[in-house]
Amino acid sequence: MAGKPKLHYTKGRGKMESIRWLLAAAGVEFEEEFIETKEDLEKLRNDGVLMFQQVPMVEIDGMKMVQTRAILSYIAAKYNLYGKDLKERAWIDMYVEGTTDLMGMIMYLPFQPADTKEKNLALIIERATTRYFPVYEKALKDHGHDYLVGNKLSWADIHLLEAILMAEECKPDILSAFPLLQAFKGRTSNIPTIKKFLQPGSQRKPPTDEKFVAIVRKIFNI
Amino acid sequence: MSGKPKLHYFNGRGRMESIRWLLAAAGVEVCLYGSLLFQQVPMVEIDGMKMVQTRAIGNYIAMKYNLYGKDLKERALIDMYVEAVIDLNELLMTHILQPADKKEQHLATIVDKATNRYFPVYEKVLKDHGQDFLVGNHFSRADVQLLETLLMVEEIKPDILAKFPLLQSFKARISNIPTIKKFLQPGSQRKPPLQEKDLPKVMKIFH
Repeated sequence: MAGKPKLHYTKGRGKMESIRWLLAAAGVEFEEEFIETKEDLEKLRNDGVLMFQQVPMVEIDGMKMVQTRAILSYIAAKYNLYGKDLKERAWIDMYVEGTTDLMGMIMYLPFQPADTKEKNLALIIERATTRYFPVYEKALKDHGHDYLVGNKLSWADIHLLEAILMAEECKPDILSAFPLLQAFKGRTSNIPTIKKFLQPGSQRKPPTDEKFVAIVRKIFNI
Repeated sequence: MSGKPKLHYFNGRGRMESIRWLLAAAGVEVCLYGSLLFQQVPMVEIDGMKMVQTRAIGNYIAMKYNLYGKDLKERALIDMYVEAVIDLNELLMTHILQPADKKEQHLATIVDKATNRYFPVYEKVLKDHGQDFLVGNHFSRADVQLLETLLMVEEIKPDILAKFPLLQSFKARISNIPTIKKFLQPGSQRKPPLQEKDLPKVMKIFH
């Protein structure tokens, strides 16, 4: 089926999940080829299709794109989720970098040594509720719009929703002090493409459990 | 001094250095500020915004000064090349933070990644199209950030480009671009490598 983007990654969330979210929200159907063993990764490397020997890799528009940020930027721009001008792009970039930092912390949590997990979880919750969420709550409060930037759905909104849901998996009431983010979450989850992605049977991946951590460690030798 | 971008950071390279390079390469004069503490730096006051997040700032500057390619596909290539360079820069930045007994191993990792994972890609790109610049036969952010990284890696291993003749000529060529040449001269806003003796001070700022 020429034309559909093809994602190369493990069956887990990791660095590919934000890409899945963005494509889904944009209403773009995509295929996935899963790396399940170390040999699968070696084969990709030996075939010379991974520019820096790393995944994520997404085959899209005749390119074999690597580097998560590059892939996300391309998709956002292509599907008009990157604002209407340079200044809107700047705001979207700033917001996305914040949610990237937060989700990065959450992503690595299952890989931390058991005796540091509690401390790291506490740090995630602290950062979420004192550094990151207040910024987005204030942005929504200041302009009173439904979306973060330019009164229009953008990559920043999709990324924020993803981050909110991941943070809630760490602490279900994490949004208790953020009424506007709660409303934002309800609203954005109801966008048809996103609603579909949030339903069982979609290509959204579950949180990483201990069993999957072991598989990932084997594949990437970490 | 109004109108000139204003950089807020401590007086070292860190995450601000790539931004200094980009602004310098684009010939943009900046207003110097001392070390300021915010919840997060870098912060750059530019065009009425207080921009944070290194990548967001870099993207904005690159777009504004036409260093980001002519279309979406060129931008995609530039992004891929720049993101990889950022990964290598992160390794370099954390080198000084390594405990003494891990330093040698870490250095070996940097050298291994540089010479086996990253530099071969850029060498091949230059070989395949035979042009002076990485993307679109036009000076871009990718060239600036690659040069920055080549020079930083050379600081820890001077002969690191021994096996990369095209990167050597690339380095010479890009270094000679007037705005960059100026930035490479003493007295510019380019920062020196962090010295071990300054590490405690920096750690205190960022704890």
